Amino acid sequence: MNERECDLLIVGGGAAGCVAAVEAREQAQDLDVVVMEKAHVYRSGCLAAGISAINAFLHEGETPESFLRYVVRDTHGVVRDDLTLTMAAELNAQVRRIEDWGLPIPKDERGRPLRRGRASIKIFGERLKPILGKRAEASGATILNRVNATALAIGDDGRVAGVFGFSTRTGEMLLVRAKCVLICTGGAAGLYRPSNPGVASHRMWYSPFNTGAGLSMGIRGGAEMTSFEFRFIPLRIKDAVAPTGEIAQWLGAQQINARGEPYLEKYYQRLGGRSMTTQDRLYATLLEKRAGRGPCYLDLRGVNPRRLEGTIASYLSMAPSSAMIMSDEAYYARTGGEMAPVEITGGEPHVVGGHGLSGYWIDPQRRTSLPGLWAAGDVAGGSPKKYASGAWAEAVIAVRDMIEAARAVDRSPIDAAQIEAERRRVQRPLREPGSVPPRELEERLQKVMDEYAGGIGQHYAYAEGELALARLHLERIEAEVGALTASTPFELMQCHDVVDRITVARQLVEHMSHRKETRWHCYQERLDFPERDDTRWRVFVNSIRSADGAVRMVERPVERAQIDVQLPPLADGAVIRRRRNRRPSARANSRVPKAPG
Amino acid sequence: MGIFVDEERCNRCGTADEPMCVRDCPGDLMFIKENGKAAIVDNRECWDCAACVKVCPTQAITMQLPTSLVVRGVQLRGRAMKHKTEWRIRLRDGEVKGYETPSTGKPPFVPSL
Ligand SMILES: Cc1cc2nc3c(=O)[nH]c(=O)nc-3n(C[C@H](O)[C@H](O)[C@H](O)COP(=O)(O)OP(=O)(O)OC[C@H]3O[C@@H](n4cnc5c(N)ncnc54)[C@H](O)[C@@H]3O)c2cc1C
Ligand code: SF4
Ligand code: SF4
Repeated sequence: MNERECDLLIVGGGAAGCVAAVEAREQAQDLDVVVMEKAHVYRSGCLAAGISAINAFLHEGETPESFLRYVVRDTHGVVRDDLTLTMAAELNAQVRRIEDWGLPIPKDERGRPLRRGRASIKIFGERLKPILGKRAEASGATILNRVNATALAIGDDGRVAGVFGFSTRTGEMLLVRAKCVLICTGGAAGLYRPSNPGVASHRMWYSPFNTGAGLSMGIRGGAEMTSFEFRFIPLRIKDAVAPTGEIAQWLGAQQINARGEPYLEKYYQRLGGRSMTTQDRLYATLLEKRAGRGPCYLDLRGVNPRRLEGTIASYLSMAPSSAMIMSDEAYYARTGGEMAPVEITGGEPHVVGGHGLSGYWIDPQRRTSLPGLWAAGDVAGGSPKKYASGAWAEAVIAVRDMIEAARAVDRSPIDAAQIEAERRRVQRPLREPGSVPPRELEERLQKVMDEYAGGIGQHYAYAEGELALARLHLERIEAEVGALTASTPFELMQCHDVVDRITVARQLVEHMSHRKETRWHCYQERLDFPERDDTRWRVFVNSIRSADGAVRMVERPVERAQIDVQLPPLADGAVIRRRRNRRPSARANSRVPKAPG
Repeated sequence: MGIFVDEERCNRCGTADEPMCVRDCPGDLMFIKENGKAAIVDNRECWDCAACVKVCPTQAITMQLPTSLVVRGVQLRGRAMKHKTEWRIRLRDGEVKGYETPSTGKPPFVPSL
């Protein structure tokens, strides 16, 4: 096994990882910083294609408290206020920093970034990832591209003392010993059967290369995880998987049902609000379908063709295949007379802490429950709606604390048996090839999750009976891990991708089973407990896996900072039919924007 | 999904240490075949991020939508320049549409909504 040493180790060179490396080198030139990245920092992670907006930003007049109020309302009250406030306080400074590095941010006449939503600004982000990657490279940090992290190394004193990985080019093992480790490998895609079939199966919203490795490493290491049951499910243009916000906002297109009626308003007006939460936008679309008024669409009829061209250009810098599909639609419009409405639908569920709540349970310094390990970005839980800028903010907060910690500790020794065991585990599919190709096991996993754990095929809903079957089949799937086979380092990576997905899926099912209410429609939708129960379940559901594989569930209270928010009622079919017109306070009435991202 | 390498154009990035498409793919999907030309390990693995399409110095890579998503292919080519990226979308009737997206430095003026 190859080995190297450093002071700070950053695992995952994505949005959070690149900024963490620069911050660490700027604040502490004396510290040796290493970044471990499975691809290449120039185009790795969620930002590979680019993005067209920064979705967490405080506009003029907004404060961390007003941002928190918006997040608390959108997530029906279960949010870590401390994490959200500390993150929000850092947002604008980090956006300005990346602008200084070369990110083009258009401004209005008064020099303010262009507003795209409540906390969102327009950017020209096609080259955002190379901008971040080159800065990280120039910072003096050592970048280890093409090293796929596999496990935390635990030191003799119980601290996280390094991380194991292997080269995706040679298959060789590597152990990087460190004083402090930051995990920022993103969320988990590919747990569920994807919305597109066969050759298009990776045409999904989240990066299919973020396989939940960091979450899996933490779970296996016994870290406390939070709120996996808050799955994030994007509402997207069907097939293209393009974000609807881009069209809704730039083209002023409304969500309409098959009868041509705009339907969102109907739901939120009856609830006494002026806009809907992110998940209820998706839920309302499902309800319309269930009521026989589907499919639902974004109405592009009558849209100015010049504006449409602008949207296509915007898609090119974030979701290029969506630009191709929209161009094809526009082609039909030219030959057929009018732009057809585009169908919208939900995608597959993901575990992703940058949009949702799920991930490592961390403290305000972004320390995980394992000493020596910090977490930032999509891998960290408790504070949704962080997006790219929130990942930068969390990275910076974590690194400041890590620098102090690194100065106070030594690298702790790691015993040889642990190193040998990990080498064996990781290399087994190459050295003693079994009979199961990773893609097959992945398909089995995705089928089970889709059918028994609320996938697209089940309209995201589930009950205890299905979850019991999911648990049973996942156990059997995990038993097949020992039969995985690989003939190249690339296939070895695919083997570990599926191992990590299975580990995350098993934990996810335990979370789904524990929360016995429905708090977030579609994201967390129980058929056997369809109501939200604020008296019992306004808590975080956390989990810890012990060495023998048993999962212990823990509940943690929601500690509300001194802010006043009225939660929206659930956009529940029953509530709507009864037309209960209780007016919420003026605060809850304050305008909530369209869902970004 | 779909990226396709035009072997007539691909020159393995000349003398570069690591070919650009091999370097930049976020899923590590590109490799150089024995004949010295780039290829993708499996199009089912592709995310369609177009990172390889843009970075190729000879514009040898096109992205195509598979038949399972659209009945007949639309094609995309791109080219990363210093401050912008140029794009060409070829429609099903052969018409080619050009686009530009700003990439680094001073942003262009955008009229507010
Ligand atoms: C399609 C899409 C569009 C988005 N649009 C927007 C938007 O418009 N505005 C916005 O603000 N946010 C947007 N987001 C959200 C934003 O991109 C993410 O929140 C942000 O990138 C998260 O940063 P991160 O560092 O946690 O993850 P990432 O940026 O994904 O980085 C994770 C890194 O870890 C690496 N990695 C993974 N596994 C391993 C392993 N085993 N070993 C080593 N390295 C590993 C990955 O290769 C990657 O480099 C979008 C996300 C997606 C998917
Ligand atoms: S980037 Fe283009 S020229 Fe270079 S190896 Fe890839 S396909 Fe060939
Ligand atoms: S489009 Fe993206 S994911 Fe597909 S091969 Fe090219 S770089 Fe890789």
